[in-house]
Amino acid sequence: MKRIAFVLLLALSWPSSLSAAVQPDEILTNPTLETRARALSQQLRCMVCQNESIDESDAPLARDLRVLVRERLQAGDSDAQVLDFLVARYGEFVLLKPRLSWRTAALWGLPPGLLLTGIALLVIGARRRRGRAQEPDAAKLTAAEEAQLRRILAEGGGS
Amino acid sequence: MIAELGHYALMLALGLALIQATMPIVGTRTNDAVLMSMAAPTALAQFAFVAMAFTALATCYVISDFSVLNVFENSNSQMPFIYRLTSIWGNHEGSMMLWVSILAFFGALVAVFGNNLPAALKANALAIQGWIAAAFHLFILTTSNPFGRIPQAPFEGRDLNPILQDPGLAFHPPLLYLGYVGFSIAFSFAIAALLEGRIDAAWARWVRPWVLGAWMCLTLGIAGGSYWAYYELGWGGFWFWDPVENASLMPWLAGTALLHSAVVMEKRGALKVWTILLAIITFSLSLIGTFLVRSGVLTSVHAFATDPMRGVFILAILVVFIGGALALYGWRAPLLKQGGLFAPISREGALVFNNLFLTTACATVFVGTLYPLALEALTGQKISVGPPFFNATFGPLFIPLMVVMPFGPLMGWKRGDLLGAAQRLLAAAILAALAMAAAFALKQGGPVLAPFGAGIAVFVMAGAVTDIVERTLFLRVPFRAALRRAVGLPRSAWGTAFAHFGLGVTLLGIVAATAWGSERIAEVKVGDTLEIAHYRLTFAGLFNRQGPNYRDMVGRFVVRRMNGDLIGVMEPSRRSFPSRNMTTTEAALMTRGVSQLYLSLGDPMQNSNVAVRLYFKPQVLLIWFGAMIMFAGGALSLSDRRLRVGAPQPAKARMALRAAE
Repeated sequence: MKRIAFVLLLALSWPSSLSAAVQPDEILTNPTLETRARALSQQLRCMVCQNESIDESDAPLARDLRVLVRERLQAGDSDAQVLDFLVARYGEFVLLKPRLSWRTAALWGLPPGLLLTGIALLVIGARRRRGRAQEPDAAKLTAAEEAQLRRILAEGGGS
Repeated sequence: MIAELGHYALMLALGLALIQATMPIVGTRTNDAVLMSMAAPTALAQFAFVAMAFTALATCYVISDFSVLNVFENSNSQMPFIYRLTSIWGNHEGSMMLWVSILAFFGALVAVFGNNLPAALKANALAIQGWIAAAFHLFILTTSNPFGRIPQAPFEGRDLNPILQDPGLAFHPPLLYLGYVGFSIAFSFAIAALLEGRIDAAWARWVRPWVLGAWMCLTLGIAGGSYWAYYELGWGGFWFWDPVENASLMPWLAGTALLHSAVVMEKRGALKVWTILLAIITFSLSLIGTFLVRSGVLTSVHAFATDPMRGVFILAILVVFIGGALALYGWRAPLLKQGGLFAPISREGALVFNNLFLTTACATVFVGTLYPLALEALTGQKISVGPPFFNATFGPLFIPLMVVMPFGPLMGWKRGDLLGAAQRLLAAAILAALAMAAAFALKQGGPVLAPFGAGIAVFVMAGAVTDIVERTLFLRVPFRAALRRAVGLPRSAWGTAFAHFGLGVTLLGIVAATAWGSERIAEVKVGDTLEIAHYRLTFAGLFNRQGPNYRDMVGRFVVRRMNGDLIGVMEPSRRSFPSRNMTTTEAALMTRGVSQLYLSLGDPMQNSNVAVRLYFKPQVLLIWFGAMIMFAGGALSLSDRRLRVGAPQPAKARMALRAAE
């Protein structure tokens, strides 16, 4: 449902209702636990929806997962334990931020890798250019360019 | 009859596009001026026929001709006029028509206003435009024809999807497409330059207005989409890192990089090869944005299987244009001469830094969006890449960019003075530090990083102001002299300052609204009061209201200050559309300064209570105001004398005409 703004770019298939996610009766009375539950919910995918966290989704499954997360927290689980529990049950697919593994190495490695490669290329390029700049005839014009320059200057002087 | 005329006009446009695509290129190869000069008139004629086709489709929508399948599926005679019109592009076929119409329009603009272009460059660029147009016309005619008829015309249409029955549909898609398609001009010029094997600083001057215009439209289009999502969704989010959004963000990031590298190329003749590559990448991402989203492949690899013809065609277009362009680049780019030396600490250096981080950010979004698809296709394993990933990767890439941004305009070309720039930014830095300290002191509870974000935002804004102050010598020379200098300043300098300032404003809005907002989710009965920030909302009851083609269940809430002063009434509703049996949430927004109260209704309960979600979004409007300021910056830059002087020379042309007589 989040894709409404850009929906026209999409095939139009919408669920029949657009009510919001977390319902009043789900909210825990302990505010610290509730805050943790909300933070966790935002990292968990509603698996029957398109790219929505269970915190945003109004699908019944998302509701079940929200309640489950809160139950685990009330039972005294740490955040990591809750995530482990859900991954064990539903697989990596449930995590909106994939864990680092061989399968996701390219995903996580690309941003820093690309940045470092870019910096390296720039440094090498700058070195090479500086080297070239010291060569005496680097800035010299070719004969054709000289002729063209003379022509342009002559034209410019004439007007 | 009208639909058939439109269909026929589109076929003729395809024919014209093919002529436009081939003859001028043959002309440039054989040095035949006549063939080359065919480019402009065919581009104009092609535009005329595409416009005719689009008008035909629009007419079918306006008169509600339900014998046309596309109109039947997406329109309804009960809809207000404006939605009947906008529903043209509220579906796949119609939006493709909009795309080609804009493409043909831009082609016609190049044909008309490109008189000062070298003949070969103009011919080649228009020919490339012809190739793009031909591919799209063929795509529409073979797989997405909007003019198909139904044998037995129904009395009433199925109605436009209710979510799209919103003024947002009138602005958002056309703006996005203006942006996407605008980059096609840069692409065509890049390919034309590669075909010629020659490129110079003047190239950047011709291309920059197009890139700038496309960038402005895309900026506004993305911001508009974000605001639309914000008020339509019912829970006040404004950016979701959804693949569909990412598809529009990627061309924006690449386009922003292109805009900056084109400046270097124009002023200093450097970064030519890189600028060409960026032009290709930017339009490629626009194509991917248009198509991947359209084909539905982003949601699932299997969407391809449901409509193989369309999917394969899309893939073919992507492969031919992107692959072809990159291959041509790999072959011809080494021929282009590099030029313009500069020290690492210089204006060019800062712009290279900008390009490095923008393209990395763009690549990050690209990989994050497509990785799950690729992994599933290759290994069958399913993973999710969602907002937490993008926040963790995109943020760290954008922060250095924002910190360095104010330094760029203060540095000289070729060799900059970092220390001097830092000294001039001292006031901005102090202001940022104060803002940071104030945020730490006043706003407890939000994320620890939020005050830093606010500080950076203030630094960017103050840095943009510093740039103008430095250039006008404000406070150092008499006020009138400074004013005169301000008026005399190149518009592009103002444009830079505005655009940078706007980005700071947007960042401030994002930080404040996400970090310091508050939220109440509750079930209320009549007479209950909710408190949020410094407001109290009392639930006054539910009532029904009939709209033109929907029915609202409205909740009425009275808003007061804490001391009891009445401010106003908020009326969120749940809107049901009988034609599609759908319900949408219509949130109520109350603007207080640049902050907003946001209230939406949940499902009604059995006991006549109602679930509500209430948010206080501090400074949230800054997000979109910032985008508008960026747009204004682009407009100022576009009006710069330099870009106009480079363009047509009417006086000379007129004289030449008289001589011919």
